[in-house]
Amino acid sequence: MGNITLKAEHLSKVFNVFKAVDDICFEARRGEILGILGPNGAGKTTTVQMLLGLITPTSGYIEALGMDLARYRQKIARNVNFSSAYVNLPANLTVSENLHIFARLYDVKHPETKIEQLLDLLGLQETQRKPAGQLSSGQQIRLNLCKALLNDPEILFLDEPTSSLDPDIADRTRQLLMSIRQERELTIIFTSHNMAEMEKISDRVLFMLQGKIIAGGHPTEVIQRYHGQSLEEVFLKLARQTKERKEGEL
Amino acid sequence: MSWNRIYALFLRQVYLYRHSLPRLMEITYWPLVDILLWGFLTLYLTSLRGSVPTFISFLLGALILWEMLFRAQQALSLAFLEDVWTRNLLNIFVAPVSSVEFLTAGMLLGLAKVLVAFIVMTVLAFMLYAFNIFTLGPLLLPFIGNLVVFGWAMGIITTAVILRYGQGAEALAWGIAFLIQPVSAVFYPVTVLPAVLQKIAFFLPSSHIFEGMRTVLSVRMLPGMDLFWAAVLNAIYLSLAILFFTRMFCIVKEKGRLTHLE
Repeated sequence: MGNITLKAEHLSKVFNVFKAVDDICFEARRGEILGILGPNGAGKTTTVQMLLGLITPTSGYIEALGMDLARYRQKIARNVNFSSAYVNLPANLTVSENLHIFARLYDVKHPETKIEQLLDLLGLQETQRKPAGQLSSGQQIRLNLCKALLNDPEILFLDEPTSSLDPDIADRTRQLLMSIRQERELTIIFTSHNMAEMEKISDRVLFMLQGKIIAGGHPTEVIQRYHGQSLEEVFLKLARQTKERKEGEL
Repeated sequence: MSWNRIYALFLRQVYLYRHSLPRLMEITYWPLVDILLWGFLTLYLTSLRGSVPTFISFLLGALILWEMLFRAQQALSLAFLEDVWTRNLLNIFVAPVSSVEFLTAGMLLGLAKVLVAFIVMTVLAFMLYAFNIFTLGPLLLPFIGNLVVFGWAMGIITTAVILRYGQGAEALAWGIAFLIQPVSAVFYPVTVLPAVLQKIAFFLPSSHIFEGMRTVLSVRMLPGMDLFWAAVLNAIYLSLAILFFTRMFCIVKEKGRLTHLE
């Protein structure tokens, strides 16, 4: 694993009185797949959005690609990208138009060649002239991935990358992500509720609960440490233990 | 600031209009309806009052200029709303796009829509009422430029309010220009307004622009003071609008509302 590409130090986010993220610290290395898991409301999305510069942290420091995110967001953003199952590309624009626009936004050199390569890689050549809104949900997720890979990012954020995909396409997408990671030493930060998927592809996972990181490490290591059979079992155990402890404190 | 990114944001709207007939019609539909309705009404009133040659010019000229202000303002707000409606806003703001680039693209779109509306209305006014706005020569151009700038300032403010308060505020995109219309003295001189409203009108670039337009149409001279005040007020409002948008953008990021707009 390479050098550190992303670092969060004592990161917190408070909305009015609600502490969404509570003093978390972690780092991600070049070529690493870091999975962030936790139940709804654990602070995963807020964390990722702070790392993307969409939410300003209440306190703490984020460093990406060796630069302070608060000062150099625009510069960092050229080498970062993201894809979410919940964010669409404009439905009434064709696949090709969408990709050309984002290629320009990211100042991609030789956009035609890049788009051709990615459409080929993700099996979307046939859809080039189709409006994005007419694609199947699997194709739309692949189109989002296509957009996310346009600028050859060094850090890629993925929010539920395989949700709503059938098992075959989900598996192919995972294989694709693994091969891209290997080929380009890409750092991937991803959130998912699919524990089996996390276990399969993550080099390291972070468990978040009530805004805090309560456990972390290689999936097998975490499973062994908490005497579970799978990541899902450990997840349930940790989530319930913390909930009971909180209730006991009250 | 990258012109490539500004062009990309502009192109995104061009593609949108290329694929959508209702959106394309929206650019020309209202100018068409306005020019027909007001044009025929003006012809009728002129025939009742006998020959009043400048009357038709006043109304049609005001109408064409008003449409430009409205289009410039609305284009900016609608470009932003399109990204909210299509859930594309996060993709845009995760990209290395600055708020200045985002606003510049919106302003260019406003300018493009103004040009289309201007061409449609000018051609129709000439064909139906023999009203040729070009006979006024370049005298009206500085006023037209100022109207577009004021439209941009209003569009930026509207977009900032929608950004801050969400889609509930989107009605502003259609209504804000009409809020200032009565005080802008679009179809009548400022002197018609009560004293208090005359004072308010002084602080609106639009009132100086429409007063200036009437002077150009009646005496064919460039009213320097009207132009001066319109330009000074526009410089102030545009700067304030950009500052307001930047501040709202910071607040929205602090409150985590950017992701909840969609």
